[in-house]
Amino acid sequence: MSLILRVDDLGVAIGAVKPLSGVSFSLDKGETLGIVGESGSGKSLTAMTIMGLLPLIGGRVTTGSIMFDGSELADLPETAYRKLRGGRIGLITQNPMTSLDPLRKIGPQVDVVARLHLGLDKRAARARTVELLGDLRIPEPASIYYLYPHQLSGGMKQRIVIAMALAADPDLLIADEPTTALDVTVQAQIIRLLLDLVTARNLSLVLITHDMSVVAQTCDKVVVMYAGRAIERGAVSAIFDRPRHPYTQALIGCIPRGLTVTEPLKSIEGTVPSVAHYPSGCPFHPRCPRAEDICATEPPSFVQDRDSAAACHFAMAAAQ
Amino acid sequence: MSAFSFGGSADTRVQNGSGMLLRYTFRRLLMLIPVSISISVVIFMIVHLLPGDPIDNLIRVGSSPEARERLATKYGLDRPLITQYFVWMGNMFRGDFGQAIVLRRPVSDLIMQNLPFSLTLGGLAFAFSSVVGMTLGTISAVVRNPILERFVRGFILLGSTVPGFWLALLLILLFSVTLGWLPVSGAKTWSALVLPVLTIGFGGIALVARVTRVALIDVRHEDFVTLLHAKGLSRSAILFRHLLPHALVPVVTILALRIGWILGGAVTAEFVFGRPGLGSLLIRALGQRDFPVIQGSMLMLALAVMLGTLIGDILQAAMDPRIREASK
Repeated sequence: MSLILRVDDLGVAIGAVKPLSGVSFSLDKGETLGIVGESGSGKSLTAMTIMGLLPLIGGRVTTGSIMFDGSELADLPETAYRKLRGGRIGLITQNPMTSLDPLRKIGPQVDVVARLHLGLDKRAARARTVELLGDLRIPEPASIYYLYPHQLSGGMKQRIVIAMALAADPDLLIADEPTTALDVTVQAQIIRLLLDLVTARNLSLVLITHDMSVVAQTCDKVVVMYAGRAIERGAVSAIFDRPRHPYTQALIGCIPRGLTVTEPLKSIEGTVPSVAHYPSGCPFHPRCPRAEDICATEPPSFVQDRDSAAACHFAMAAAQ
Repeated sequence: MSAFSFGGSADTRVQNGSGMLLRYTFRRLLMLIPVSISISVVIFMIVHLLPGDPIDNLIRVGSSPEARERLATKYGLDRPLITQYFVWMGNMFRGDFGQAIVLRRPVSDLIMQNLPFSLTLGGLAFAFSSVVGMTLGTISAVVRNPILERFVRGFILLGSTVPGFWLALLLILLFSVTLGWLPVSGAKTWSALVLPVLTIGFGGIALVARVTRVALIDVRHEDFVTLLHAKGLSRSAILFRHLLPHALVPVVTILALRIGWILGGAVTAEFVFGRPGLGSLLIRALGQRDFPVIQGSMLMLALAVMLGTLIGDILQAAMDPRIREASK
């Protein structure tokens, strides 16, 4: 296995606030990595950072590195980044309803990626797009090509977004909550489709989601994020069998199990702190059931145990 | 995997865009007929309810009431208003705008003589304010330079508040009287167009710049723009191929509405700069209560406003498929 993406101690600042710090994870070729966490934990921001889109929201990388296929992205100039974006890294965004330009036909919106990155001419790009739409199980791709976004359903639009991400045969796909805005039945289809694509095209996938059950079903590795930090990471089996961070334990505890269970759904007390009020020490300590004095003052460092690592002062204790 | 949430066959959904646009245009053109008729009633009523009539301008002071009556009968002014209206409308349908009472010439001649001047002035002012306004608006939305931004915002504020006739006088004072670069009035040379175009266009620039700027800033925060960046498109490609077309939709609406505004501005500008045109024709005719001329030129102006709005709506439908579909 060779490394495709390695994020190390990544920190991001937007103006005076620091919404992301100490985020580390790595991904091998052909692997699927899940990034989980509640809303506001910095998952999407991590995706934006890898895509080099921070300047759009006035942000910048302050610390750490992003190694993609052996080259550093953290200080890559914009022109070089443009070749990677869409070319070698594809992005799938959260809301297909607003992800396509409503004034343009969908086909050409996909074409442009292949024209830009593969240097195809108009006709070749169109042929490629139609074929790709067919691969994504879109019926009658040749006529869909000429439709406008508002003429398609949400699931169809998300397939178009996926087609845009795949059009230039990227190595890495970043899917930022690709199913959140979709109907439950369509969600399963899209996840299935993504997994098939990963296998068929030997893609590496970063799947950002807040749904632990999706991670359990689809990912090889997982990073749990909380308040702009990665707090636990490792192989999916390890995380689900032996979650060591209390937050991860709580997240897994929240997954609904079966229909016969009569006990009420679990939830985590409190809310994710806002960027301006990240707690000192361990960011989870105000909500943590087993917090002690040290948690409020000392930020925990990662403790590795076999194939997972957790940033908790009591990580070793939890493992036993 | 066959349970797509996609309804209907794709074939039935692919609509012929230009066919839809043609139908839309035709329907809107039909709607112009009742609107024009109502407007003609309003214009006719306003004109005839004004105190005074054209005979005051024709007759010598101290003439007998009989002489007055003779003239009234001659021009049909003694008949009931309703009859007068239908006579006027009937003639209009035959393309006859009537005879100017005071100027003693066919109204259509007067209009045709003045129309080119109005079209040149209005068209240039329109183009000037659109091009400069959109450029300024785009620059102020895209370039992040506080000094430039303050300049453009100050300009926008100034442009929306300074009255045209006052600006016209200032311009004349500076460029014609003090510097002597441009003629004070008239329409003999192209240089005589500069000041009136500036006068009418100035307010428009500010408006167009403001709308462009707001629309660009709004659309820039849409999700699809993030995705455009994620596809690797350059900033300029995104601006010109995606953001500006979006900003153009509200700008076209504003521009279409401004056609009426420009015509109104032309009335004062033509007057201040002593230019021929529909505006100065109208003002002169108003002073003389020359009913057929007032009615004819006001109807032309109203028609121009309606056509402007229509063209704006059609352009919008041409640009935005969602509008096209909603108005099916």
